[in-house]
Amino acid sequence: MSRSPLAALFLREIRVARRIGGGGMMGVVFFLILVTITPFAIGPDLNLLSRIGPAILWIAALLSTLLGLDRLFQADHEDGSLDLMLACETPLELIVLVKCAAHWTVTGLPLVIAAPLFGLMLALEPDSFWAVAASLLVGTPALTLLGAIGAALTVTLRRGGLLTAILVLPLAIPLLIFGVSAAAAATSATTPFLTPFLILCALTLSAIAAAPFAVAAALRHMSE
Amino acid sequence: MLKYANPTLFSGLVAKVLPWLCGATALAFAIGLWGAFFASPADYQQGDTVRIMYIHVPAAWLSMFCYATMTASALGTLVWRHPLADAAQKAAAPLGAGFTFICLVTGSLWGKPMWGTWWVWDARLTSVLVLFVIYLGLIALWQTIEEPSRAARAAAILTLVGVVNLPIIKFSVDWWNTLHQPASVFRLGGPTIAASMLWPLLTMGVAFTLLFTTLHLMSTRNEILRRRLRRLAIQAAGGGAAARPAHSLTMQEGAP
Repeated sequence: MSRSPLAALFLREIRVARRIGGGGMMGVVFFLILVTITPFAIGPDLNLLSRIGPAILWIAALLSTLLGLDRLFQADHEDGSLDLMLACETPLELIVLVKCAAHWTVTGLPLVIAAPLFGLMLALEPDSFWAVAASLLVGTPALTLLGAIGAALTVTLRRGGLLTAILVLPLAIPLLIFGVSAAAAATSATTPFLTPFLILCALTLSAIAAAPFAVAAALRHMSE
Repeated sequence: MLKYANPTLFSGLVAKVLPWLCGATALAFAIGLWGAFFASPADYQQGDTVRIMYIHVPAAWLSMFCYATMTASALGTLVWRHPLADAAQKAAAPLGAGFTFICLVTGSLWGKPMWGTWWVWDARLTSVLVLFVIYLGLIALWQTIEEPSRAARAAAILTLVGVVNLPIIKFSVDWWNTLHQPASVFRLGGPTIAASMLWPLLTMGVAFTLLFTTLHLMSTRNEILRRRLRRLAIQAAGGGAAARPAHSLTMQEGAP
């Protein structure tokens, strides 16, 4: 029985992430901690929290996605499997896309599922639960792909985590703008939900189309 | 022209043109600053505050021009693997950060009396701030990766990714109609700025461009020298065994 190499890679990534040392669930725990410390910083005023709740959830998702990405290619670089991926027939761009998809399934998808629950803690209106979840569902794949560019550029560095965040966060600002305005649209009467949401969809689609090429180029150049 | 891509010939060329460029920069600044602070009239609304514009606007142009230069060098690094392109790219990043910083600071100084606030989260201001952060990120990347040609390739890829910000900066004033005024010099239908103010502004633009060219050439040459030094240091450290016989030979010849 033979499987396509990309499907095999996808399953391998998920399996590795669930093992000890994979750190698959760490993103959600970090997300929870960020959401927990924010009310301590700004005070437990429920009106204020429900107003800025979507923004808090988005910033927490942004940070927990990016900080979990530094190992995306580094572990493969250390044990030599990255060299195999570079040498094999399957295009590196597709491999990158599959690796990002697997990484998103393990780290991004749990954030989307957990977001309504955490929204409850931030006293969000019931109407905006689905708006936050939908905007995160559409936006987090683009965050993973953008972060993969930073992770690929810092693949050979011993401590690339902070540098990855410095390199990638400026590029993630458009996603944050449209993500938060879509997430906050359900509670505010001024902005419609669909306009920022569709722009967010467009940004994610262009990230899926363009980012794998940048990541693959970075991996080729960096691991020479 | 292409032969000056050779680093040694390039250094020779820089040594020849640099005195002329320095002179031209000083002259352009003398005329431009005189025009900006003495010869041009005060604005009927803004008063003398308008003179900040003669620094602010050229710095803003250069902050973007510098990124464009870096993008062209990044292509040179990735496509032709040319060491001169690496050096040009590395030299441009701190200069760009400097011009962007000048642009942000002068804009802020102008904004306090005119808009009543040091900073607003306007589309133009925010996108220029993002440009500044991208420059700082590039400098951080240059400082982190030790091997110069690998650092150059990493910085080149990031530069090409970050270039999406340039059109956002350029068109931010048209797409989002917020506080920052739209373009008034380079626009269809001619500039909307009085001729008595336009000529000092353009002279300052020329002066800033000359300043950037001078500093960029000097800094690129220094980077080439720095790379050469690094190579010599590595050779001296690693090739010590190979260097010793030649050295001892001269000693023997001198001994008897």
